[in-house]
Amino acid sequence: MTQTEFLNIVMPFKDKVFRLAKRLLVSTEEAEDATQEVLLKLWNNKKKIQEYNNVEAFSMTMTKNFCFDKLKSKQSQNLKIVHSNYEDKQTSLQKQVELNDSVDWVSKIIEDLPEQQKLIIQLRDIEEYEYDEIAKMLDMKNTAVRVNLSRARKTIREKLTSTHSYGIK
Amino acid sequence: MVLNNIEKLLKKYENGETSLKEEQVLKNYFSSDTVAPHLESYKPMFEYFLVSQQEQFTKDVPLKTKRLFNYKWISVAAVVVLMLAVYFKKPVVNSYEEYAYGTYNEPEEALNEVSRSLAMISQNFNKGASTVGYLNEVNKGTSTIGYLSEIDKTTSIIFKK
Repeated sequence: MTQTEFLNIVMPFKDKVFRLAKRLLVSTEEAEDATQEVLLKLWNNKKKIQEYNNVEAFSMTMTKNFCFDKLKSKQSQNLKIVHSNYEDKQTSLQKQVELNDSVDWVSKIIEDLPEQQKLIIQLRDIEEYEYDEIAKMLDMKNTAVRVNLSRARKTIREKLTSTHSYGIK
Repeated sequence: MVLNNIEKLLKKYENGETSLKEEQVLKNYFSSDTVAPHLESYKPMFEYFLVSQQEQFTKDVPLKTKRLFNYKWISVAAVVVLMLAVYFKKPVVNSYEEYAYGTYNEPEEALNEVSRSLAMISQNFNKGASTVGYLNEVNKGTSTIGYLSEIDKTTSIIFKK
């Protein structure tokens, strides 16, 4: 398999891998490293790629496992991944800040969710995968995915309404 | 009417029963400007989902074609070298006869040769042994060092007084 062939397979979902990694690892740098690692692993095993019936789903599962490993090793080192995405927001006008603020809230709420729910929200609401695909990626039952998703969505909504009506009611 | 529909969809959404198409409807509704006031709190959530979809991976991946070095070829080369070495090797002696009896045909000639070389060895050995005689000089030297004890005696007298 040549490099271009490989890239044609990988390009469509590399962003999804990255976003999933970022959802779990929080830091952009860590997520970039993880994505690189996952893609390199795929490249090194490119002979086997034809055997996988769904490379994308396979990569997502790989990413999930890789990130869990990373988190576990970080935990055992007694280190925490610190969220440090320094950004220079050039259009930081007051209005933009306010609008960003409520959107940021959602990311914070999702960050507090259990890992399983984080994953499912990411895969369903952001990447828009079918339930069956998610179930396959996470090695879960279809119903379990739905239950977790429902819990996650309810948690987000509850927290959002409470912050939204903070100080009003 | 639309609002009613959206509320119904939201209920389904929270129970995880919506299809992707229905979720798209919700996303479209909440990204528009005409969101009902009591549903305003959902807006950031759907907005966040849309924003998050945009994020891209920009770092490039160094794809190296792995040049797998084949160790099989090393063993092949080694075997070839060994074979050549055996093939071209010059024998130390030409035949077994030569190895067993040497190159002299006449016994007398051989005896002469042996005694000549033995004489050379003894001559050189004697030369070496004669130089060992100088060790006597060293003994003489060490005996004179004995006088140093005399100095010790005198110094001890000085420090006593």
